[in-house]
Amino acid sequence: MQLYARRKLINTVNMTASVLTTLLGLLFLAWILAVLVGKGVSAINGSLFTEMTPPPGSAGGLANALIGSLMLTVTAVVIGTPIGIMAGTYLAEYGRGGAFAEIVRTINDILLSAPSIIIGVFVYAMMVAPQGHFSGWAGAVALAIIVIPVVLRTTENMLSLVPTQMREAAAALGAPQWMVIMKVVYKAAITGMVTGVILAVARITGETAPLLFTALNNQFWTLNMNEPMANLPVVIFQFAMSPYDDWRELAWAAALLITALVLGMNILARTLTRGHK
Amino acid sequence: MSNTLESSLEADKTHMHMNRSSRGFAMGDMVFKWTALFFALVVLLLLAGIIIMLAKGSVPAFEAFGWGFITLEDWDPVNEIYGAWAALVGTLVAAAIAMLIGLPLSFGIAIFITEMAPQWLKRPVGTAIELLAAVPSIIYGMWGLFFFAPWFAAHIQPGLVATLGPLPLIGGLFQMPLLGGASGVSVLTAGIVLAIMIVPFMASVIRDVFEIVPPVLKESAYGIGATTWEVVWNVVLPYTKTGVVGGVMLGLGRAIGETMAVTFIIGNASQLGSSLLEPGTTIAAKLANEFNEADGLQMDALIAMGLLLFIITFIVLMLSKLLLMRLAATQEGRKT
Amino acid sequence: MNTMAAKQGQNVNFNMASAVSSTLRHGHEMTEKVDGIRHVEDAKLSLRNLNFYYGKFQGLQDINFNIPGQQVTALIGPSGCGKSTLLRTLNRIYDLYPGQRAEGEIIMDGKNLLDGSTDVNMLRAKIGMVFQKPTPFPMSIYDNISFGVKLYERLSKSDMDDRVEWALRKAAIWDEVKDKLKQAGTALSGGQQQRLCIARSIAVKPEVMLFDEPTSALDPLSTLKIEELIHELKAEFTVVIVTHNMQQAARVSDYTAFMYLGKMVEYDHTNIIFTKPGKKDTEDYITGRFG
Repeated sequence: MQLYARRKLINTVNMTASVLTTLLGLLFLAWILAVLVGKGVSAINGSLFTEMTPPPGSAGGLANALIGSLMLTVTAVVIGTPIGIMAGTYLAEYGRGGAFAEIVRTINDILLSAPSIIIGVFVYAMMVAPQGHFSGWAGAVALAIIVIPVVLRTTENMLSLVPTQMREAAAALGAPQWMVIMKVVYKAAITGMVTGVILAVARITGETAPLLFTALNNQFWTLNMNEPMANLPVVIFQFAMSPYDDWRELAWAAALLITALVLGMNILARTLTRGHK
Repeated sequence: MSNTLESSLEADKTHMHMNRSSRGFAMGDMVFKWTALFFALVVLLLLAGIIIMLAKGSVPAFEAFGWGFITLEDWDPVNEIYGAWAALVGTLVAAAIAMLIGLPLSFGIAIFITEMAPQWLKRPVGTAIELLAAVPSIIYGMWGLFFFAPWFAAHIQPGLVATLGPLPLIGGLFQMPLLGGASGVSVLTAGIVLAIMIVPFMASVIRDVFEIVPPVLKESAYGIGATTWEVVWNVVLPYTKTGVVGGVMLGLGRAIGETMAVTFIIGNASQLGSSLLEPGTTIAAKLANEFNEADGLQMDALIAMGLLLFIITFIVLMLSKLLLMRLAATQEGRKT
Repeated sequence: MNTMAAKQGQNVNFNMASAVSSTLRHGHEMTEKVDGIRHVEDAKLSLRNLNFYYGKFQGLQDINFNIPGQQVTALIGPSGCGKSTLLRTLNRIYDLYPGQRAEGEIIMDGKNLLDGSTDVNMLRAKIGMVFQKPTPFPMSIYDNISFGVKLYERLSKSDMDDRVEWALRKAAIWDEVKDKLKQAGTALSGGQQQRLCIARSIAVKPEVMLFDEPTSALDPLSTLKIEELIHELKAEFTVVIVTHNMQQAARVSDYTAFMYLGKMVEYDHTNIIFTKPGKKDTEDYITGRFG
């Protein structure tokens, strides 16, 4: 019985530790969210959406950064999604079991986990340096390079879940492979694929590092993708690190906006996939 | 009978249609397949482009300093002397601290969710953890700079210095810095914030891996009177160890390559401090801070550091992939 | 003959009688039987020296027989005997998978389907296929039917409506779905889904219809409906059905092929296969001694 008491004690100690670590983890995370909401909510007001980012020491808004982020994100998704979907389609529909597909899959994993700042450096060298100036296009391309591997992987996974018999049934009616894929397989996998795109958007919404050397920032309103372009993450970075209270307040407001957007998109993605099952 | 004839006549008519449109089908198949292949190649070329660009950009730095570039501690823009050592060590130390703190936390959370939490709590806690893994890293950075670091400096740091500081061997790591100790900006706080950032991610991965353990296996252990901890330690962990290590490596890769969570808090000092409580830098933080203002050899040196960072994360990823593949293989083996 | 058939049960006995009479009605001559295979004249499909390979593994060995038009031919045999493989060569669905290939000849309308020059998409429009599990596409009932039709024909809206109704009626499911054509095909019951899939094949107006164990995932009532349907379809189509259920083969088919280990052991009128099999293996299988 002494042995049993010892075993029970060890169990109690370890299980208590497990509960405590969970509580500790959740506590930190609650702290972060509380700070974010506490600091952010007080900084959010109508002028955020109407006024430009201000010069140091004065009040202003985030209008130019919001529109900039929107344009960068949309452009990145428009560039990255077709590439990701088509490449994912190749892996799932044509390259199954082949060596080439396995190589592309591995390379995609490398891209997926490559530090995002490296992608910023890459696009700087490919676009910013040759052109001689920062630009919205460069920022969008950098974000697109982050979108591609995310969309590729979810597309491949979702297409692989479509039963083979569905493809055979469509082919047995005389449909060529591209019609089978476009009209039947995509339709069966569409929710999952859309989820992948939403998750990719959520991911790039908060990405800062790849924009530092590409889109940079712009104090003024611009819709010209050839110019440097304001965007929320870089505004947060510059304003939070500044000594000015007005700027820091705006940084908190932007941080809250971004987090709410990202979490909202994640929850949307979740409900989509759950509804489908 | 006449019905049959009629339908066969009609079938003949449709065959004429078939001949015409069918040629377009073959064409469509070609176009679609080659487009898909082309975009798969784009992915390949992207990585090739990144590697070539980094390698080419690194050449001047390695020409100027040789392999010593990696182990050179100085970073002196005035005299044009650049070495990667301080940032490289900073990167590895911050990541090591993150793992040291993050691992037990992640395990605790994963064990809690899979083995202890009542059914009604499993989902909410699991979902909360997964959502927090999606919070952008810049948020962790801001929180770290404005809230965690000052709190740490005020409440934890003095105690650490008093208790661990006098110890032999590791005491040196916990000396109060001469300057700026009050802000809490240091390699240690950066490592802790990194840990808090990667915990949700690692905990989710480990939980997913834990959940592949067949219930029968656990039930038979419980059936002979094992405690929850004994089931975790003797059944779940051995069954999943390669997968767990794979997931942990993915977390490590994130910690090493992370930019924003670190840049805010590490202090961006160019020298390597002897104490963990002193400011330092990492490769990613150095790039974020200096890349836009750099030119000439400094730019080349920064790109060379980027190459080093890329190689490190590449190795970590490959190791994790290898381990996850081994896990998949053993699972297959067990099924049959 | 009658006493032997009685062993198979009342039901089988009754259907077999009708199978015999339908054979006579269509007037297929009783040709000579050589080494277990009766060579039927009037062939819709003629298989000559057909071999099939999955990579290095040979799935079919030297298959030679004729599939008569406007009749139901059943392929039976223990699992792994090659009956599904044989079915899948007839519309070349195996082409989807690299590494699978067929050698020899399958002649339809004087042309060898296995020729490289054959347009496989058009071939599959002529030879429809229904699968083991119902595979409704993720779209409405109406679109499920029109999908295949649109591939090869440009029909006006009203012509398409007519075609959809015609196909659904042929598959005996019109009355059940006519009020919900816009609803998802996946919302139907399993048996209804399978009849929807049959209607989908019919809508393309194929000449041959292949059934790959079409009722193995269905309940007995749905199975009965599908069997009745198959019986009616042979008025217009040549039907080939793979089944692991011998009763089913006896009930629905006019001709039966027994396969074993990738070879065709015996091929004859269904009533002969089930009453006076010419080969020991066939007799062992249909009396349940192996399989």
